[in-house]
Amino acid sequence: MEKLLRDRRAILFFIGPALTVYTLVMLVPIIWSAGYTFFEGNALSGFSWTGLDNYSKLFSDDAFWQSAGMTFKYAAVVTVGQVGAGLILSLMYIFYLRKASSLVRTLVFFPVVLPTVAVAQMFVKMFQVSPQEGLFNATLSGVGLGSHVQDWLGTPSGAFWILVIMDIWRSMGFYAVLLYAGLVDIPEDILESARLDGASGFTLTRRIVLPLLTPILVSSIIFSINGTLKVFDSVLALTKGGPGDATTPLTLYMYNTAFSYGDYGYGSTIAMALTLLSLAVTLVIFRASRKDVRK
Amino acid sequence: MTATISTVHRKPKSRTRFVRKLGHVPVRLAVALLVIVELAPLVWLGISSLKAEDEFSSRPMWALPRGFHWQNYVDAWTTGNMSVYFRNSILATFPALALIIVLSVMAGFALEVLRWKGREGVLLLFLAGVMVPLQMVLLPLFTIYFQAGLINNLWSLIITYTVFGLPLSVFLMAGYFKAVPREVLEAAAIDGAGLYRTFWSVVLPTVRNAVVTVSLVQFFFIWNDLLLSLTFISDDNLRTVQSGLLNFVGQYGQRQWGPTFASVCMAVFPTLLIYLVLNQKVMKGLTAGSVKG
Repeated sequence: MEKLLRDRRAILFFIGPALTVYTLVMLVPIIWSAGYTFFEGNALSGFSWTGLDNYSKLFSDDAFWQSAGMTFKYAAVVTVGQVGAGLILSLMYIFYLRKASSLVRTLVFFPVVLPTVAVAQMFVKMFQVSPQEGLFNATLSGVGLGSHVQDWLGTPSGAFWILVIMDIWRSMGFYAVLLYAGLVDIPEDILESARLDGASGFTLTRRIVLPLLTPILVSSIIFSINGTLKVFDSVLALTKGGPGDATTPLTLYMYNTAFSYGDYGYGSTIAMALTLLSLAVTLVIFRASRKDVRK
Repeated sequence: MTATISTVHRKPKSRTRFVRKLGHVPVRLAVALLVIVELAPLVWLGISSLKAEDEFSSRPMWALPRGFHWQNYVDAWTTGNMSVYFRNSILATFPALALIIVLSVMAGFALEVLRWKGREGVLLLFLAGVMVPLQMVLLPLFTIYFQAGLINNLWSLIITYTVFGLPLSVFLMAGYFKAVPREVLEAAAIDGAGLYRTFWSVVLPTVRNAVVTVSLVQFFFIWNDLLLSLTFISDDNLRTVQSGLLNFVGQYGQRQWGPTFASVCMAVFPTLLIYLVLNQKVMKGLTAGSVKG
């Protein structure tokens, strides 16, 4: 048996194909992309060596810092929103709806599977003002708030907040189900004995439920932050990074740098910054949560 | 005697029940509001896709359509090119899914069941891929495909989808193989079955469920992809549903609302259909894929 499982040719046969394509299409390009950061140029025009110029350019590039700021702000707000809304929903599922929560869970989860482009177009139409008023503006007019009708996506803060609302709307059901699964795992007798001790409602949640939920809460936050730092589809389909470049995150700035301005070197440098950033943020949250648990 | 006792007891009880029910009213309202907030935009999308063009300007936005204006769908499907986009999405998604399944089942088996040095390292290597942003490999891949003549070729998408599907799929598969009892393997070995035979007729059937879950999860990732198809495809005849839809609304979205809503509905439809049938599996699969991050 053991001998059978140590058959070298079989091992190669089973792991070989996956490992080969993974190395060629994922690992090699990562190193290749890191190499690009020392060059200037693109696939069509060829490359020239520039050393560390791209990195020093990064530090003095206002557009980079602006999109980095936007990325941070978006990631922070949406992570708090997604995980927070998800947490509230999951508590509601388990303590109020209980067995009846299945249908609500399923309904609220649904937008998660929808294509981002379709969802974004729906939101564009909802907040549109011309040639016709979309659902939101039409509702405003309908209830006598017509003076507030405006091109919501045309202002920097309007565009940003619609983006935030859209992504929270889309994904809160996902985090609710994720956290619900964690809540279901909390043994009933722990909750029961806490109730016998007189804990209920808010106290029960804060003192008993949340600490027990911490591991899954932390992985939710890490997952959310990693996703939101890399936001691309929703921005491109909702605002195209505008108005101006007010809602341009790092991913879109990188994309434009590489494909609109044909600078692969600087594009790769931005991608590198993004990769290191999400790695660092993940590590920090992970470390912080570890410390918290030990305390 | 018994009657008096029970009435004495019932009164405060029914009152507390009433108070408790009253306490449930805000929660019920919150639930109702939640469901409305989640579903109203989608319902609005659906009814708007059936409105004739003049209804958008002449009647309120939330009004029901006057009739079923299916012409919107015909327009989106033909002049809006959605038929071509759907064909391309199908041609890119399913080969990639098949490749992901074959490669990840084999790799999962090698990583979890077979015994060799360095398998933990290789598993970690795959897992690290979950963290890497697409942007980090986009430009080298573009260069490679450009040199190989694969830009504006669906193979560039199939290859990239496959490789980006691997980290999570391999990881999930390895997890599922952990649950296959060793006794099953030993029994097969005693019966004289070789390793390949054991894999094919003993191990594979036990992970059938896992294959369904992984396919579902990857289907949504691939079908909903925008970035890759935007980068590697610029020929309108090769665009997938997502990049095609973006292109479509860029051209017609401002003025032709009916066909625009219809094309958005069409883009939503396949995922809606799968979700209607398999929602529990989808929810389980998609959330399972995240906790590992």
